[in-house]
Amino acid sequence: MSRLAAAFRRKALIAYVTVGYPSVEATLEIVPALEGWGCDGVELGIPFSDPLADGATIQQASFTALERGITPKLCLELAAELRSQMTIPLLFMTYYNPVLSFGVDAFCQASARSGVDGLIIPDLPPEEGQELETATRNYGLDLVYLLAPTSRPERIQQVAQRSRGFIYLVSLTGVTGPRDRLPPGLEAFVSRVRAQSSLPLCVGFGIAGPEQAKRVAQVADGVIVGSRLIQLMETGDPSEQQGFIQQLRQALDFQGNQL
Amino acid sequence: MAGMELPDQRGYFGEFGGRYVPEVLMGALEELSRAYETAAADPAFWAEFERLCRDYIGRPTPLYPAQKLSAQLGGARILLKREDLAHTGAHKINNALGQGLLALHMGKKRVVAETGAGQHGVATAAVCAKLGLKAIVYMGEEDMRRQSLNVFRMRLLGAEVRPVSAGSRTLKEAITEAIRDWVTNVEDTHYLLGSCVGPHPYPRMVRDFQAIVGKESRDQMLAAYGRLPDYIIACVGGGSNAIGIFHPFVDDPQVQLIGVEAAGKGLDTGQHSASLARGRVGVLHGTKSYLLQDEQGQISLTHSIAAGLDYPGVGPEHCYYRETGRASYVAVTDREALDGFQLLCATEGIIPALEPAHAIYHAAQLAPQLSPEQFILINLSGRGDKDINTVAEALREGL
Repeated sequence: MSRLAAAFRRKALIAYVTVGYPSVEATLEIVPALEGWGCDGVELGIPFSDPLADGATIQQASFTALERGITPKLCLELAAELRSQMTIPLLFMTYYNPVLSFGVDAFCQASARSGVDGLIIPDLPPEEGQELETATRNYGLDLVYLLAPTSRPERIQQVAQRSRGFIYLVSLTGVTGPRDRLPPGLEAFVSRVRAQSSLPLCVGFGIAGPEQAKRVAQVADGVIVGSRLIQLMETGDPSEQQGFIQQLRQALDFQGNQL
Repeated sequence: MAGMELPDQRGYFGEFGGRYVPEVLMGALEELSRAYETAAADPAFWAEFERLCRDYIGRPTPLYPAQKLSAQLGGARILLKREDLAHTGAHKINNALGQGLLALHMGKKRVVAETGAGQHGVATAAVCAKLGLKAIVYMGEEDMRRQSLNVFRMRLLGAEVRPVSAGSRTLKEAITEAIRDWVTNVEDTHYLLGSCVGPHPYPRMVRDFQAIVGKESRDQMLAAYGRLPDYIIACVGGGSNAIGIFHPFVDDPQVQLIGVEAAGKGLDTGQHSASLARGRVGVLHGTKSYLLQDEQGQISLTHSIAAGLDYPGVGPEHCYYRETGRASYVAVTDREALDGFQLLCATEGIIPALEPAHAIYHAAQLAPQLSPEQFILINLSGRGDKDINTVAEALREGL
């Protein structure tokens, strides 16, 4: 069983952090801690100068990380260091240009060497993904595609056939960032995808707390949380971050036991 | 030449173009492509477009022989395609009108746009006022400062201007922010992108709406001189005015096409916007093209005295023409553009925008090397009222 497949033995909790935000030390501290607090996977965000799918929180985190000199190469080194301390899957999340600039094949090779399990590239739809699909396959990485509430049936089918590891369901039409509520059509959206795919389905964008996680877990296989965690990292109090992740863990476990 | 059939089904001009966007937008782009295909095949759509081009924009714009400029330079005869005389003062209105009509056809009530120099924002605001659409224009704070006149014009025309404070606070960030708005409000909103960049079908659609500039020029050349020009020169930021005037001449190999990028403070200073001269292939704002970026693939901050050229990417069709050699591209500095600006003011009594002032400068270099039987056609893409403060400041500083 691959590390990524193993993550779905229970309702999966996947956390996103921007590498190097607020500092490299903070990344090296929180990512292993996330495993201990109950996460089943971590997305390591490689910062990009023009993150067009991201809201204010991750934009700011990305700009700050770039100002501090974070590069894809450094992210690869940090991933290798984290991998040596952790067993849960690590995924890189970034935009396509840094990957293209690094060299698609070289980036996949380096990611695999660093012990990274998969890639999520929000501005790379399957139509443009052929080259990266081939390279990720060659190096044993999963390439996770995204679906949105606006995705038509034929697109759902395409992503169901080509996504590997899981499918990332964007909960809403919008950019990343916590929301007070998730859209009413979320359950119907997840069912539409479920009908086409046997892959695990993880819901991200907008997740602000345990109530939303519980709702998502009723229909999906995992929850992805990013911006809210980064906001908590800004205050610098690890107990708040820990409390937040543990609450989500409990909400998912509660929901998992109900099913 | 195959140029007329491009882009292909996937929106590619050779290896450039495509559709690199978040999944949320894929449905909207497919819808837009279908709506545009339908409109493009419908003579009634083009009849309405052409009627409004005539009655609202004031087309055809004149093809003006710049005799005094030509005489002073000696050599080739210089002609100006007077897009500065189009309603709202630049070629931008052609595309804004076309896409505005398309938004109506698609039943969209809300339009978002980005603007650099403000000309696309003003054109969008005007068209939306006329067609009864709500307009929201994203504009970098730096551009709002240097183009304050256009900010006021947009507001007068009923648009909401939203300042963007990220990064270099110019066009790149304004586009990113407009895309974020579109991602969020995709159900009722059309993104009225102002240049031949962005995901498919924008580069094609914007080109088609701007091609009216080239088609008119061609007819006017044949009517007045019985021949085509030897050179066509146009400035290139994203490249919409250039692609508009180039495209109807792509299959005429005797016509040399020259795009002029902004060399800013100099190509070796790192402070310029010359994506074709100094860029590498990459992906930004939904399209694969030459991009100014660092070694890590982070997009560079750019500079040009002309806000409308201050962009790190360039339309994929220009990349293709450069690659195939159909067009050539040169770069002109801020200082040289100011010379071109003053030259046209002094010789012809026409105040050009700083963007086409780049093209004027290059034409002024080229003309003396040619014979009086040869013609240079410059796309005078906009008027310079918006730039008066910038020029005054630059001349005071002795640039």
